Amino acid sequence: MSANGKVKGWKDVPIGGLILEAGSADKYETGDWRTYRPVWDEAKCRHCMTCWIYCPDSSILVREGKMIGIDYKHCKGCGICAHECPAKCIDMRLETELEAERPESSGSAETGAPVGAGCGCRSKSSGKAGGK
Amino acid sequence: MKKVAITGNEAVSQAMRQINPDVVAAYPITPQTEIVQIFSTFVADGDVDTEFVTVESEHSAMSATIGASAAGARAMTATSSQGFALMWEMLYIAAGLRLPIVMPVVNRALSAPINIHCDHSDTMGARDSGWIQLYSENAQEAYDNLIQAVRIAEHPDVQLPTMVCMDGFIVSHGMENAELLDDGVVRSFIGQRTPKYSLLDVDNPATFGGLDFADWYFEHRRQLAEAQTHVKDVVLDVAREFAKISGRSYGLFEAYRLDDAELAVVVLNSAAGTAKVVVDDLRDKGLKAGLLKIRLFRPFPHEEIVAALAGKKAIAVLDRADGLSTMGGPVFVDVRSAMYDAPGPKMVNYIYGLGGRDIDTEQIAGVFWDLAKIAETGKIASPVTYLGVRE
Repeated sequence: MSANGKVKGWKDVPIGGLILEAGSADKYETGDWRTYRPVWDEAKCRHCMTCWIYCPDSSILVREGKMIGIDYKHCKGCGICAHECPAKCIDMRLETELEAERPESSGSAETGAPVGAGCGCRSKSSGKAGGK
Repeated sequence: MKKVAITGNEAVSQAMRQINPDVVAAYPITPQTEIVQIFSTFVADGDVDTEFVTVESEHSAMSATIGASAAGARAMTATSSQGFALMWEMLYIAAGLRLPIVMPVVNRALSAPINIHCDHSDTMGARDSGWIQLYSENAQEAYDNLIQAVRIAEHPDVQLPTMVCMDGFIVSHGMENAELLDDGVVRSFIGQRTPKYSLLDVDNPATFGGLDFADWYFEHRRQLAEAQTHVKDVVLDVAREFAKISGRSYGLFEAYRLDDAELAVVVLNSAAGTAKVVVDDLRDKGLKAGLLKIRLFRPFPHEEIVAALAGKKAIAVLDRADGLSTMGGPVFVDVRSAMYDAPGPKMVNYIYGLGGRDIDTEQIAGVFWDLAKIAETGKIASPVTYLGVRE
C-alpha cells in the first residue's frame, strides 16, 4: 500500500523487479510448501550447530549458542538438517500424518523466533507451526 | 574522422574499442567470431581497459554480461545464429532486469539444415524478447548504430538491452569504405554509464532478480512495455546528436525515393542497397518505385511507417526469415498489421535469401513489376511468394 492507501500500481515500483528493501524474503512464508516436517528431539540434540550451518533457509532457531527449535513459517522441509545431523535427532515426518495428530505447541511463537514481518495471516501454516 | 577500407566485423570491433566497455564476455561463432577475436587483440595490446571473459558457451556469455551490467559495468558481447539461440533464456532476463547491454549480432541462418550464411531467422525469433533491434545496411551503419546503441540503451527513459544487426558475410566480411570517428569524439559522445542502482553500489543496496509471482510480475512486464514507447524519441534524439559529430543522418527508417512513389518495397539490412539500385533503374524507366528500409524494428515504429506508406498503390515486404505461420514473414506481418487502419494499399510478401541465397537486382525488379500489375488489376495472385527458391 502506498501512503494514500491506494494499492501500488506499475508506475509506483522500481523497474526490473528490483527490491530495495533488505530482508524482504522474511515476509514470504515458504513453510506451507512443506510436505515433510523436520521434528526435532531436544533430548538427543548435542547443539553442534550442523543443522544451522546446512539449513538453506535460515530456519534453525538458535539462542545463546543452543538450538531452540525450527522456524516452520519458512522451513520448506528439504530434509538436509535431518540428513546431516550427526546425532540423528531430526526426524522427517509427513505433514498429513502430523496434521492428523494435531500438534499444539508452536516452536517459533514460544521462542520469539524471527517470524515473517508480513501479514502472518496464513492460518494454515500458523496452525501447522508445531514444535515436537 | 578518417575514411578506411574495412569489413563490417572490423568496423564493429573498432566501435567496441572506442566504446571501451568495462566487460566483454564472448564466445566465437561464425560469422561473428572476428568481432571478438579482433577485440581480444585490443585487450591484449592494452588499447582498452576491458575485462575480457572467455566463456564456455553463449549462454554463459550473456549470463556474464548480465552479471556485469547489473554490477554497474558497461558490458557487451556479440553473437550469431546458434549462439544467439543458445542465449535465448538469458536474452529475456537481460530485458526483464532492464540492463542496457549492447550486442552486435551478425545475422545468420538457424539449423537445420546447418548453414553459416546470412538470413534473419536468428534475431527475428527474438523480436518479442524486449530487446531494442537496430538493423544496418552496411559496415558504416553497423559502426554508427553500435555507437548510438550505447546512448539509446542507457537512456534513463529506456534502460533496455539493444542489439545491432548486420548481414553475415555480405556485410560482416565484405570490404567497403567507411568513415571512423576519432576515439575522443566517440568517448565524449557516449560518456560514462551512471546506473541508478547496481550490485556494487553498497550505499544503495538492491536485490536483482527476486521472485516475482502473480502479485507483481504483471506490473513489471507493464513497465517493460512502457519503456518501449519511449524508444522512438530517444533513437531520434540520439541520431540528431550523432549527426553533429558524424555528418550522417539516421531516422527510425530510411525512405528512399518514397515520397511520390506508387509502388514500394520494404526491406531491412543489406538487400536495401541492392533495392536502391533497382529503384533508380526503374525510375529511369518511368515506374514510380520507392523503398522503405527499416532501421528500428523493435520497438516497431508503426505510426511513422504507416504515414510513410499510406496512399501507395501496392507494397511488397521482403523478409529474410520465414515466420512459418503460412501467412508470411515477421516484417510482413507487422507492416500489414500496422497498415490495417490506413487507406488500403495492396500488400504482398516475398520470403528471400534464406541461408545466404543471393538476391539480385533482377529479382527485386521483378517484385516491382508484380506490384505494378497488382496496382493495375487490384488482384493479388499470391500473398506470400518464395523469391529465388528453385521450384
